[in-house]
Amino acid sequence: MFHRRAIIAALAALPLALPAAAQEKPVLTVYTYDSFVSEWGPGPAIETAFEAICACDLQFVAAGDGAALLARLRLEGTRTKADVVLGLDTNLTHAAAETGLFGLHGLGDVKFDMPVEWEDDMFVPYDWSYFAFVGTRGADLPTDFRALGASDAKILIQDPRSSTPGLGLLLWIKAAYGDEAQAIWEGLADNIVTVTKGWSEAYGMFLEGEADMVLSYTTSPAYHVIAEDDDTKVAVPFSEGHYLQVEVAASIASSDRIELANDFLRFMVTDAFQSVIPTTNWMYPAVTPTGGLPEGFDSLIVPDTALLFGADEADHARDVALDEWLTALGR
Amino acid sequence: MGRVAVTRTGIAGVAATLAVLALTFGTVAAVLIRAEGGFRLGPQDWAAIRFTLWQAALSALLSVALAVPVARALARRRFPGRAVLVTLMGAPFILPVIVAVLGLLAVFGRSGWVSQALGLIGFDPIGIYGLHGVILAHVFFNLPLATRLILQGWLAIPAERFRLAATLDATPRDISRLLERPMLRAVLPGTFMVIFLICTTSFAVALTLGGGPRATTVELAIYHAFRLDFDLSRAAVLALIQLAMSGAAALIALRIAVPVVTGAGLDRSVRRWDADRLALRVIDALWITLAATFLLTPLAAIAARGLPALADLPVQVWAAAWRSLWVAGLSVAVTLVLALAMTLAIVRHPRMGRWMEPVGYLAIAASPLVIGTGLFLILFPLTDPVALALPVTALVNAVMALPFALRALVPAAAEVESRFGRLADSLGMTGTARLTRLTLPRLRRPLGFSAALAGALSMGDLGVVTLFADPGQATLPLLLYRLMAAYRMDQAAGVALLLLGLSLAVFWIFDRGGRVNADV
Repeated sequence: MFHRRAIIAALAALPLALPAAAQEKPVLTVYTYDSFVSEWGPGPAIETAFEAICACDLQFVAAGDGAALLARLRLEGTRTKADVVLGLDTNLTHAAAETGLFGLHGLGDVKFDMPVEWEDDMFVPYDWSYFAFVGTRGADLPTDFRALGASDAKILIQDPRSSTPGLGLLLWIKAAYGDEAQAIWEGLADNIVTVTKGWSEAYGMFLEGEADMVLSYTTSPAYHVIAEDDDTKVAVPFSEGHYLQVEVAASIASSDRIELANDFLRFMVTDAFQSVIPTTNWMYPAVTPTGGLPEGFDSLIVPDTALLFGADEADHARDVALDEWLTALGR
Repeated sequence: MGRVAVTRTGIAGVAATLAVLALTFGTVAAVLIRAEGGFRLGPQDWAAIRFTLWQAALSALLSVALAVPVARALARRRFPGRAVLVTLMGAPFILPVIVAVLGLLAVFGRSGWVSQALGLIGFDPIGIYGLHGVILAHVFFNLPLATRLILQGWLAIPAERFRLAATLDATPRDISRLLERPMLRAVLPGTFMVIFLICTTSFAVALTLGGGPRATTVELAIYHAFRLDFDLSRAAVLALIQLAMSGAAALIALRIAVPVVTGAGLDRSVRRWDADRLALRVIDALWITLAATFLLTPLAAIAARGLPALADLPVQVWAAAWRSLWVAGLSVAVTLVLALAMTLAIVRHPRMGRWMEPVGYLAIAASPLVIGTGLFLILFPLTDPVALALPVTALVNAVMALPFALRALVPAAAEVESRFGRLADSLGMTGTARLTRLTLPRLRRPLGFSAALAGALSMGDLGVVTLFADPGQATLPLLLYRLMAAYRMDQAAGVALLLLGLSLAVFWIFDRGGRVNADV
């Protein structure tokens, strides 16, 4: 009898005890793409670094890649749990701005180390790179699209409808050639070995020797140099210039933790965040850290011209380019 | 005419069917409700539909056509290592797509083993990319499944029939005409249908081996609608079209199939006196060798790539493996419950069963992206979807494995009913007694096979987990993708080999557990 009463009393007191024990730190929810949060991506290091200074609990939520991220946000609408969204790129910023979910960042004073001037007041860039074809050092590889079309070089590309780099190539050719883009694609039709669903399949196939070049980034060889001590993979410089991919983050305007979110955005352009990027995300940091870039990045090609569609032009250009692509490749 | 008997079997079956319907059509409905605006299907979409149907039909036809002689050879022969071969042949089907494609390319690709061999004698590398590549890959994936399903049909023919045929001095051609062809007539349409359905939703394989945007399937069109345009109505309509195509295929196939009435047997192990001729031995050996080589060389390529990396697997692998096993176990349980409920209802109430069976097959034809999105839309207002990631994955994997379970269980259960049904009725066996003493023991082999497939498929499948993924709770396939996305291809190969090994182990454990009389 005594025991039972004691147990019931203890159980009744428990709910009173727990809140005192569970000191609630504010939770900052960051939506991002899957490879950011993986153990080999920037996520873990950034979580540690930010939690050390913010007295909060940073929680990542992963959602596929950039386009899937935006789609998920549209599904959730204003009821989204996100406070910060990190991982969209410039092809998606227009559509993202139209959802009305995002707030202004107020970081107009930051100087970015990017090939283009950054004027967007809603989205903050955190890393960037150039799209490029990656091939093997020493091979005789063409250095522009026309030469590529005329040559026998075999290339692996990704489908723009399911892959971000695939879309990047589409916009690259469109930005460089405008109305002649379809003719360029017709020239490339016999060079294309196949079109894959995502970057991983294509890059894996390239490493197995299925093609001479694969569409990837100028920063891809840095991985092989730094992590594998292998300098046989090189990005091929194209004379038309290379298309930029700039990855951005923004805060959700309706978030309960808008100040914490803005703190995170400011943290994002500091050394603590930016120094993690080169060897985990394998992209250039938007603000070069004070220690500079790792050694392996010295050998990377730096294109003379950076191509980029503005946020509002990207959507329209994409639709036109996709139709041309489908027509040229003989759908 | 006649009332539908309201029995426990009937109710369980209907409940299971409704669950499957909710998951396939309910999720599409959720997406449609959320969609704004009307839809229009462009010429690209019609081209995608045509290509999907065409490659699925050809792949299924070829798979089934090639599976028949291989299954016959396996049914007629006994040799050491036969059980291992049969299990290993199930491997291509249970691998994650990206692993299997890379393995296939390691053998048949432009710089694969075959091309290198051809290069030595002065030929150009083989051009695998194109419609023929897609079909080759689909045959690689589905030939083992087709073989197993048809083999089960062969083993269902009672030993007494062959004994009788031997007494009557029947030639192999007679046996084929009298015993084997009727069995094939019953089994082939269903097998063709299941493989056709699998091939309709094949996305990554069709694209990667298809060589270009001509190889666009309906699933890719759904991706386009969802990712680039966020056009939910178009995505939902395409998903419905996919379901409709598959429902039609299922209905047609199930009408064509003529069930075989074999009569009772005494479960003696089968001896095939007709198979002792030299010519037949040679032909069977040839078929088995060809099939084994075709199916096992890419696996060997995967093993060769992964073996060196096994030594330094990242430490997260083991937690992920444990999670995958847990999810697989859950999937197996759900699959078996759903499959048994539906099977028994289909067999005991044929009129209702005629409509229930096609519903069971619909799940493979459902778009994973639409199912995931629909589930997300349903769950998001209620709870945090991420918390439910693993159970939802298990449920979706279970429903995706349901068609194979049904394909294995329904013919076997029908046979049990026709052989022993009247006896059981006359003894007044109903309810649990009937289930535990008659039905389940006789269904052990197909149950084992279904559990094996469900478990192995669940281990290798990403399923809908990407929409719900919790960063800290990766399953093994998700870990594999993350490694590949982080440039770590070698470690990914090691994880792929581990995944292959674990999936085969799961398959073997369940399958072996179901083998009565050591017959298969």
